[in-house]
Amino acid sequence: MRVAEIITAAVLCAIGFALTAESWSLGSGWGKAGPEAGFFPFWLGVLLSLTAITLFVQATLSRDRGKPFLEREQLVRVAKVAIPTVAAVALIQVIGLYFATALYLTGYMRWIGRHSWSLVLAVGLGTPLLTFALFEIWFLTPMRKGPIEIWLGF
Amino acid sequence: MGIVFGTVIGVLPGLGGPNGVALLLPITFSMEPTSAIIFVSCIYWGALFGGAITSILFNIPGESWSVATTFDGHPMARDGEAGKALTTAFTSSFVGALMAVAMITFFASFLADVATKFGPPEIFAIQLLTFASIIGLGGSNAFKSLASALIGFGLAAVGIDIVTGEFRLTFGTLELARGFNFIVAVIGLFGIGDILVSVEEGLRFIGVARARVRLREVFSTWRELLGHWRVFLFGSFVGFWMGFKPGGATAASFMAYGFARRFSKNPERMGKGAIEGIIAPESAAHSAGVSALLPMLVLGIPGSATAAVILGGLLIWGLQPGPLLFTEKPEFVWGLIASMYSGNVIGVVIVLTCVPLFAAILRIPFAILTPLIVVICIIGAYAPSSSMVDVWYMLGFGFVGYIFKRLDYPLAPMVLALVLGDMAETALRQSLIMSRGSVAIFFDRPISGTIMVAAIALFLLPAIGMIRRRIGRGSPAGPAIPRGD
Amino acid sequence: MVSDVSKHVSRTTVVIIALVLSIVAAPSRDAAAWEPRNPVEFVVPAGTGGGSDVLARFLVSIIDKHKLSPKPLVVVNKPGGGGAEALLYTKEKKEDPHTIMITPNLLFVTPLHTGIPFSWKDLTPISLLAEDLFILWVNAESPYMTAKQYLDAVKAKPLGFKMGGTAQEDQVVTHLLESAVGGLQFNYVPFKGGGEVCVNLVGKHVDSTVNNPSECVSHWKAGKVRPLAVLDRERATWVEGQWKDIPTTKEALGADIQYLMLRAIFGAPGMKKDVVEFYTGLMKKVHATPEFQKYLADNALKGSFVTGAEFVSKLDAADKQHVEVMTKHGMVKKK
Repeated sequence: MRVAEIITAAVLCAIGFALTAESWSLGSGWGKAGPEAGFFPFWLGVLLSLTAITLFVQATLSRDRGKPFLEREQLVRVAKVAIPTVAAVALIQVIGLYFATALYLTGYMRWIGRHSWSLVLAVGLGTPLLTFALFEIWFLTPMRKGPIEIWLGF
Repeated sequence: MGIVFGTVIGVLPGLGGPNGVALLLPITFSMEPTSAIIFVSCIYWGALFGGAITSILFNIPGESWSVATTFDGHPMARDGEAGKALTTAFTSSFVGALMAVAMITFFASFLADVATKFGPPEIFAIQLLTFASIIGLGGSNAFKSLASALIGFGLAAVGIDIVTGEFRLTFGTLELARGFNFIVAVIGLFGIGDILVSVEEGLRFIGVARARVRLREVFSTWRELLGHWRVFLFGSFVGFWMGFKPGGATAASFMAYGFARRFSKNPERMGKGAIEGIIAPESAAHSAGVSALLPMLVLGIPGSATAAVILGGLLIWGLQPGPLLFTEKPEFVWGLIASMYSGNVIGVVIVLTCVPLFAAILRIPFAILTPLIVVICIIGAYAPSSSMVDVWYMLGFGFVGYIFKRLDYPLAPMVLALVLGDMAETALRQSLIMSRGSVAIFFDRPISGTIMVAAIALFLLPAIGMIRRRIGRGSPAGPAIPRGD
Repeated sequence: MVSDVSKHVSRTTVVIIALVLSIVAAPSRDAAAWEPRNPVEFVVPAGTGGGSDVLARFLVSIIDKHKLSPKPLVVVNKPGGGGAEALLYTKEKKEDPHTIMITPNLLFVTPLHTGIPFSWKDLTPISLLAEDLFILWVNAESPYMTAKQYLDAVKAKPLGFKMGGTAQEDQVVTHLLESAVGGLQFNYVPFKGGGEVCVNLVGKHVDSTVNNPSECVSHWKAGKVRPLAVLDRERATWVEGQWKDIPTTKEALGADIQYLMLRAIFGAPGMKKDVVEFYTGLMKKVHATPEFQKYLADNALKGSFVTGAEFVSKLDAADKQHVEVMTKHGMVKKK
């Protein structure tokens, strides 16, 4: 827990520095017509760095060393949701929303949920079809498409 | 019919409000203007009702003004009281809308004059008041709350600077030049973040199994709501006045929430499923949603993105919004106002009868519901600007949301800073350009001066309270200051 | 679809070139001409409800209503970075026959001001739908009856008068006015949208604005604001009503100013000739509908339909004008 606190504070501090540096180059003064574009981000960055340093010190000084950030079992559970999700988004990027969703839904429900194939297929194929009907046909809102959809003529 | 459509659209994150109305507008072109506006505004009411559903059930706010509803609505649903939470949300929306319509009916032209009195200094003052009202929201560690708010402001500043038109904080990349879409951030922070937290805890949406909701529960909830009439009144009032300005509904919902918390008899319940925490933001948001239509009709400036789309519709139907609309096309205006009454009545009946149905969604097995929610989040993040980059941002925000929740960084300050930061900064800088750098502009003008004083007083109140507590420490009247461990 | 269309093809129309062909509102077209096979992405460099968005959705609804295209046009909003996102997105879509874009003058202003790698020459020009006027407005309760009176007052008090406008586009107009008249300097206050600007004028938060007619017309009719001059070489004589009574800047101030907001349609880079012909024809048909003509008249738009070489030369001239004004007033981002 403490390590996680320290890392987060360090990252926040880094963001603070980045903000400060980037707005410095924009002009962070108080111009003739009030603050310039970089004024607020600059002080924001300074304040964020200071806050993060405080949090860093707080975390370093704290005596709570007991609990780890995540138990092994929790980590497995979180990873089981997080990894497929990232994979799904990556897949959408490559092959488009509809087929990727179908794969993701079926895969997830079958291997993690261990539901029966009939249910898995019904939901896994039904959802993309329904979304397709809703967005592409009814609302005319185009979603991310890949080579398969284009080949099919959409 | 429009209401049914509208609720369906409103439930889908990213498709609610402006997009939904925009998509259905073409259908109305062959209609007569009066029936067209009734149709479109019913979609609007539906979307306003619908925004609460995903907030409460999945912690995913479909609209920015539903964010404050998640604070108490979702905990309530987790405690197995989804039906009660939904009933409260719908009823509050309905009451808020009705009060706003009543005000519009009687004071429309007077209110239009008031709206023009609001220039940049007044808008800035209002933003400040909103911040002041929610100060101290969430978190036990003040530094964490501050860090969270600062990150929110930082994110809001990324992209194009409206005053100078320059890119800023983009670190030379074009991906960042687009800025962060609020809805994308919120879907990630709340939706994905919440899924991760609940799987980690192995919660699987507890309390859900017993969430068998019957219509009877609607009535029992109503009895409880009667006791909170002050919160209703206050929420609607705040919402109505805030609705005139762009972003008003979101600010109004936060402000109402902040005040409800401040004046609540048991503030420690807020954020854990307190009923006032749903009443206040929902009545304010819906009331603001209604009053947002007024400046559109009489001034031609939309008070919300959805109103902006409806404004487009007016032009296409051949109507010129503006001060003369009331005298030139009375039948149109009164038709619209009539639809506000009838649309809301029909809407509330529909959504209330569907409460058991909505609550039943939570009984879907976890391994099916989770990927479905993820898909909804992805679509919601992609739709606003058809961009995969936004989907990746959404995922990134999801992990940030998860880590923050784990480490007890509150999310509310970040979200509020993200939604209002940009607007507040723009208004502040516009004012300072107008006054050529003099801060006195905020206090010289009667309206902004009054609001500024109120805001500053609100900022100071907790500080004074703290000092008094410090002096009176040890006495039974003063609560002990919680010590960090 | 093709066989369906060919039934309607009349003998005379087959002979004429595709462009002229498409004036006819009926779906009669040379069977060999290009037609979209997929829904067409109609990119809008503004959020839902912005000026360009309203116009784009209006065009789409006209196309739907009169069934002018075999496949629907789908509005895609890309509001990020003052339009930069939309410009770069369209630029990426090389040779895509199913992407077109509507754009106002941010086409010139945004790349110059932000330094993004984009020039309008990257895209394929399709047509100009209309040009929007700029008018100098003051509050109706102000004592200034003519542009000369007002600008003399501004001259007497440099930076003492607040000019409101939309982001950077109206700043260009303000600078143009300053250089043409000479000896005056406004305190420019940028806002997010044109409607908001005019309401701020009504509420007397700014002293004057350079709004488009559509943004202020209702407040004018209600007697809240007063137009002083049209920033164009000719009066708005082509519309009914009081518009033609507003003097030009030449008449009112002796300063020759012409600045117009383009409402232009572009295609993805390297679009093929037959594809361009389809869209040109489509826009021409839209332009000829009574709905669009009424829209032009209601908002006092200059409605000549311009395409081909004439369109390109107009773009060229507007580009030069922007480079000149923006360089002179330090609005171009240094690389």
